Amino acid sequence: MTALELAAEVRSGARRARDVVDEHLATIESRDNELNACNLVMVASAHEAADAIDATVARGEDPGPLAGVPIALKDNLCTRGVATTCSSKILEGWRPPYTATVVERVLAAGAVPVAKTNLDEFAMGSSTENSAFGATRNPHDPSRVPGGSSGGSAAAVAADYARLALGSDTGGSIRQPAALCGVVGVKPTYGLVSRYGLIAFASSLDQIGPFATTVSDAALLLDVIAGHDPMDSTSIASAYQPVLPVVDRGVDGLRIAIVDELVDGDGFQPEVLDAVDQAARALEKAGATVDRVSVPSARYGLSAYYVIAPAEASSNLARYDGVRYGLRVDGNDVATMNARTRDAGFGPEVKRRIMLGTYALSAGYYDAFYGQAQRVRTLIIRDFARAYEQYDALLSPTSPTVAFELGAKAADPLAMYLSDVCTIPTNLAGHAAISVPYGTGEGGLPIGVQVLAPALGEPVMFRVARALEEAAP
Amino acid sequence: MSRLTRADVEHVATLARLALTDDEVEHFTAQLEVILEHAAQIASLDTSDVPPTAHPLPVVNVLRADEVRPSLPRDEVLEMAPASEDGRFRVPRILDAP
Repeated sequence: MTALELAAEVRSGARRARDVVDEHLATIESRDNELNACNLVMVASAHEAADAIDATVARGEDPGPLAGVPIALKDNLCTRGVATTCSSKILEGWRPPYTATVVERVLAAGAVPVAKTNLDEFAMGSSTENSAFGATRNPHDPSRVPGGSSGGSAAAVAADYARLALGSDTGGSIRQPAALCGVVGVKPTYGLVSRYGLIAFASSLDQIGPFATTVSDAALLLDVIAGHDPMDSTSIASAYQPVLPVVDRGVDGLRIAIVDELVDGDGFQPEVLDAVDQAARALEKAGATVDRVSVPSARYGLSAYYVIAPAEASSNLARYDGVRYGLRVDGNDVATMNARTRDAGFGPEVKRRIMLGTYALSAGYYDAFYGQAQRVRTLIIRDFARAYEQYDALLSPTSPTVAFELGAKAADPLAMYLSDVCTIPTNLAGHAAISVPYGTGEGGLPIGVQVLAPALGEPVMFRVARALEEAAP
Repeated sequence: MSRLTRADVEHVATLARLALTDDEVEHFTAQLEVILEHAAQIASLDTSDVPPTAHPLPVVNVLRADEVRPSLPRDEVLEMAPASEDGRFRVPRILDAP
């Protein structure tokens, strides 16, 4: 049952929110020993919230568009008084003194948080193996990774722990795990969703977005969380245009193109490229035109990203110094305490990225790395702008491959980074993109097709995504 | 690009306030070199007339009315600190470290 159907039943009184939540908590209980998607299962607060929803319905009032819908929250979203770890030892024991705006919004809409989900530490990774609490496993094949960094949220939706989930996407961290777990994942336009209460990784790239089992459910959740927030000065001030009312408008007359640079290179599985071609044909059948377009600088997205994101991270993560929250390892003076705390508290990938970012920002290397990466970012934005003069939306794979085996890329950071080659350009440009399940590949595992749209292009993007969902094999 | 040395990595670790072990320095020297080589691909693009993009949105200096609003409750915040005293964060000595 979809979130839309479920909310309708709870609102009408046909089903009790309490029963819905109990079913989902039972699923978590039976499967999470194996999958390890949850850092925390919120049994007591979920019961309390569900009972409150049922009481609201009993009084004849409307609990909201997400009434009684179980939702999973990536564990880098602050929840007041409830442990928020970023899957890092450095935040062990920390309970935030405030709640993220997105969480406030889903609660106000009647959703019931059931779990805080596992992630790659501080959202740095593409497999959810970089977690201080152990790897999450893919519900379709537990010997494989769920993708990352929002692997716990993707797995939670795929395994029916929750109908919806929230994740964050800095270079593909919603879309890539959505593709690998066979669910829908959305990276909204930068600034569309408030980042207040999202623990920062790379602030010019981070964006919160939905996971769902259907495109319409993802639209439902986006409509709840999007819109200006005075607590995030980078959130877009103009009025938000809801997407749920337009998802079913079809693609007749839309101009779409496959991005040459995102279907070309080593490491793309043939089934994944076939899926993109089939998706293109299906869109043509539905009335769109589909061409090919070149976005030349997109090839350099990965290189630019692995300068910009670590540079911003090295600055953002300077706050974990053993002074204000989380872990402290003592030393005789402050500098020693800081350095020991950080070495003990951060895992290898986080340290690697802090080192990379610090190097790229250090005297003598700043212009060659960080300065040049920022100029390449401009080139990418210009090349996409040219493509969007001719096309309403673009198409590519979400991930070059289906879910890979646990451990397959753990020893080779660069191979892991290449998992995000198709998703990164969207973050650099500040644009929107969605991953939609489209057929299966190696081992019967799900494939995701990515629809890219310009800034604030969500209405068209969701129409294309909905058409793909309808046509998917 | 010149080769990354152990000394480079140790210098960066000091800047980043990371007390790396010898093993970590060894590992990171090799791994960072490979990643930086890949990142250096961007050097081949001609960007002489291209301005940098630091942020995808053209927002600058967002201001709000200068009104007093409640801030985070001090006790709740300090309760989460590794050490506090008299309403403040407590740290090891900063000056005249032995």
